[in-house]
Amino acid sequence: MNVVTLSQLQFAATGMFHWIFVPLTLGLSIMTAWMETKYVTTGDEMWLRMTKFWGKLFLINFALGVVTGITMEFQFGLNWSEYSRFVGDIFGAPLAIEATVAFFLESVFIGVWIFGWNKLSKKVHALSIWLTAIASNVSALVILLANAWMQKPVGYVIRNGRAEMSDFGAVLTNSYGWIKFTHTALSGYALAAFLIMGVSAWHLLRNNESDFFTRSFRMAAVWAFVASMGVAFTGDLHAVVISEHQPAKFAAMESQWETKKGAGMHLLLVPDAAHERNSLELLYIPNVLSLLAHHDPNAQITGMKTVPADLRPPVLPTFLSFRVMVGLGTFMILASLVGIILSRKADFTDSRLFLKIMVFAIPAPYIAQQLGWLVSELGRQPWIVYGVMKTADAVSKSISTTQVALSLLGFTVLYGVLGAIDIYLLVKYAKKGPDKDLTSIINVQGRA
Amino acid sequence: MDISVFQIIWFVLWGVLWAVYFMLDGFVFGSGFMATFLAKNDTEKRVLINTVGPVWDGNEVWLVTAGGATFAAFPTTYALMFSNLYSALVLLLFALIVRGVSFEFRAKIDSPVWRRSWDMAIMVSSFLPALLFGVAFGNIFKGIPMKNDFAAINFSYDGTLIGLLNPYGLLTGVLFVLLFAVHGSLYAAIKTTGDLRKRSEEMSNKLWIPLLVVAVAFLGYTYPATKLYDNFFKAPVFLLIPVIAVVSLILVKVFIAKSSFHKAFLFSCLTIVFVVFTGVTGLFPNLIPSSIDPASNLTIFNSSSSLLTLKIMTVVAGIFVPIVICYKIWVYRLFRGRVSDGDVLENPDAY
Ligand code: HDD
Ligand code: HEM
Ligand code: HEM
Repeated sequence: MNVVTLSQLQFAATGMFHWIFVPLTLGLSIMTAWMETKYVTTGDEMWLRMTKFWGKLFLINFALGVVTGITMEFQFGLNWSEYSRFVGDIFGAPLAIEATVAFFLESVFIGVWIFGWNKLSKKVHALSIWLTAIASNVSALVILLANAWMQKPVGYVIRNGRAEMSDFGAVLTNSYGWIKFTHTALSGYALAAFLIMGVSAWHLLRNNESDFFTRSFRMAAVWAFVASMGVAFTGDLHAVVISEHQPAKFAAMESQWETKKGAGMHLLLVPDAAHERNSLELLYIPNVLSLLAHHDPNAQITGMKTVPADLRPPVLPTFLSFRVMVGLGTFMILASLVGIILSRKADFTDSRLFLKIMVFAIPAPYIAQQLGWLVSELGRQPWIVYGVMKTADAVSKSISTTQVALSLLGFTVLYGVLGAIDIYLLVKYAKKGPDKDLTSIINVQGRA
Repeated sequence: MDISVFQIIWFVLWGVLWAVYFMLDGFVFGSGFMATFLAKNDTEKRVLINTVGPVWDGNEVWLVTAGGATFAAFPTTYALMFSNLYSALVLLLFALIVRGVSFEFRAKIDSPVWRRSWDMAIMVSSFLPALLFGVAFGNIFKGIPMKNDFAAINFSYDGTLIGLLNPYGLLTGVLFVLLFAVHGSLYAAIKTTGDLRKRSEEMSNKLWIPLLVVAVAFLGYTYPATKLYDNFFKAPVFLLIPVIAVVSLILVKVFIAKSSFHKAFLFSCLTIVFVVFTGVTGLFPNLIPSSIDPASNLTIFNSSSSLLTLKIMTVVAGIFVPIVICYKIWVYRLFRGRVSDGDVLENPDAY
């Protein structure tokens, strides 16, 4: 393996690992803030207990999100220095802005929230988690605008041997980025809601704190349904932008080889990239592909055969990732809808089969998240900046295969151990259930 | 305004970001690797962790910002600094990752073996960055063996990880370790109570002499090892910067002797900031000099972003950095006062 492949593997491994924790942060921070706001406005202690319990899971998850993020920030320079030099004029700005505008806010107020229970009034304390949640989401927006620039470069000129910014407004308003952000943020909210539903279902199956967990479940089911619907809607918008700007990615997502007007779609197919065809095609639905891609049943779809062979992304993994992500998204919409209906009923805890399914559904959004990034990042190969710079030209020149192999090994071992501990702790505290006694907090709160 | 004005603004900001980062994370590192010597039992260790608990993450963001600012303002320097020093920086990352999770993880399982393991992890992962940052900056002051052809966009580097461990790099590493050790002990002295406080006060006193010796050696050795002094000879007013660093270091001792530890800590902050300023002033207009070819130096002029990007970044920094400073001051005031054994034992949210 060469430096490029190893660096790609390392970026993929560290990025996907960061992405195990980020979506939960995006969603659970807002939901925890919501719970605490309910407590402040209604004075109902149940909301306080919910804030504390779900907030604890949020914090355990947050710790790894933060430390793995630092790796991401520095990897551009470490492994992709040609890239960094070439696009730094545009790409560096969002990263610096993310740190000054969002990370400071987030990391300072998370500390205030954890340690401030006895030092702040209820309102200011709730404000601190809102600031954390808003900052997390702002940081997501900014980093995704940076990523979107790599997918659809805008507002730049090639000058002085590099890409220079010519229109900052265009970078900030890149439609690709805003769609990416809404899709990603919503998918984070959906993931967090599914986690809450799954953990609640686990406790409800054991008749543990039924009131607490029924209420948690009800709240999460609504969030999950609204967010999952939004995910599907924005995902479709995404597909439209992609078919326009990255026809090769779109062709890979659908394993579409021929260019065709009024293209339909096979629900089941097996791509065969070597022979530029699909070896199996079943269950044809006419015109839907054109409809999905251009919102017009007769529109023309560009097939992979029109893309030169050396500019094609890997078809099979892109296609499979996309199909399974969409499948999981459909499942999530249905499951959360059933959840809303069942959890309104008085005998909700008797729906044991459904509750069991919801426990096992916890990984579903996690898998969809990872697959989504595979679609996005694999589908853009061989470009690192679409149509402007190839991944193979982006790698650092002063690093050796041994260096990257060792660092990749180091990251794998370190992340493996830390990830195992973190997941163990999440499961442990999720199973433990909420604390019974909150008097020590309530008595001193409002003192300041 | 001319682009060089913005390049100089960002050079100054670059120096300030690193200085503030070392001042703030310095005491977290210091109290982290000194914990073994300062705290005698689990409760005292927890007290130490909880003195930094609410603020450590916010302090670390100064590093993320310094990295991001280098990327945005001087992309060529960002690219070459990180890729040339690859192995050292990956090691540094590993340490920062372990340090970052250790506070949270240590608190979450109540077993002596678990906690002792994380105590070890905290010590190592706080010590390594202190040393590595010092070694890295020592080498930056000295220059690294790179050859850069900016017109042909051709860059090469022939250094090694072992090559960074030269005497001057190591001396700077030891200087950073001792600066942070004293800084961390002083922080513990003003944030804790009882025996822990006594031990921290004594430790800061004991470590001051070795720090002074190393600081003097560093200032002396800098003359033959680097070109940092050239700027000071050219414009002697800047000599004020190293002078403030030295005076602050002496005042640290004066206030320790008077048992005014808050003041001693304040001057320890100033010492760190002005040591960094001394190095950065000596570098100007270089960000990273080359040790083999002056034409290959990475300067603020040949590695900066375009005027437009620098302007945008200046506006962003001008608005947000003051806001950040305001709420950070608010937070330090909110959590002022000492942390006692009781605070940790009674608070269910403490680490
Ligand atoms: C809970 C997670 C989840 C679920 C259920 C879905 N997605 Fe998704 N998807 C993501 C989580 C995600 C993501 C991880 O957030 C990605 C990766 C990159 C991005 O922008 O969002 C993504 C990427 C992504 C992309 C590629 C973006 C790019 O190339 O830049 C498309 C076209 C879709 N999604 C479309 C859909 C559709 C039509 C879905 C149908 C329901 C769907 N996604 C469900
Ligand atoms: C955290 C979520 C992300 C995940 C899981 C992810 C995943 C991936 C994967 C799987 C690859 C490897 C592609 C290959 O092997 O060919 C990759 C490459 C890359 N991604 Fe992402 N990505 C994420 C976010 C981002 C963002 C936000 C950016 C930019 C701001 C980015 C920039 C890159 C770069 C520079 C590469 C290396 C070059 C390349 O292989 O194309 N990624 N990422
Ligand atoms: C590949 C590019 C990425 C870089 C350079 C990066 C950088 C970072 C850094 C430096 C941190 C730590 C901040 C701290 O110390 O408090 C962090 C955490 C975080 N990042 Fe990333 N990140 C990347 C991908 C993403 C993406 C794609 C998103 C969102 C869509 C995201 C969202 C977050 C959030 C919300 C946090 C807060 C901590 C947490 O989520 O647990 N990051 N990231």
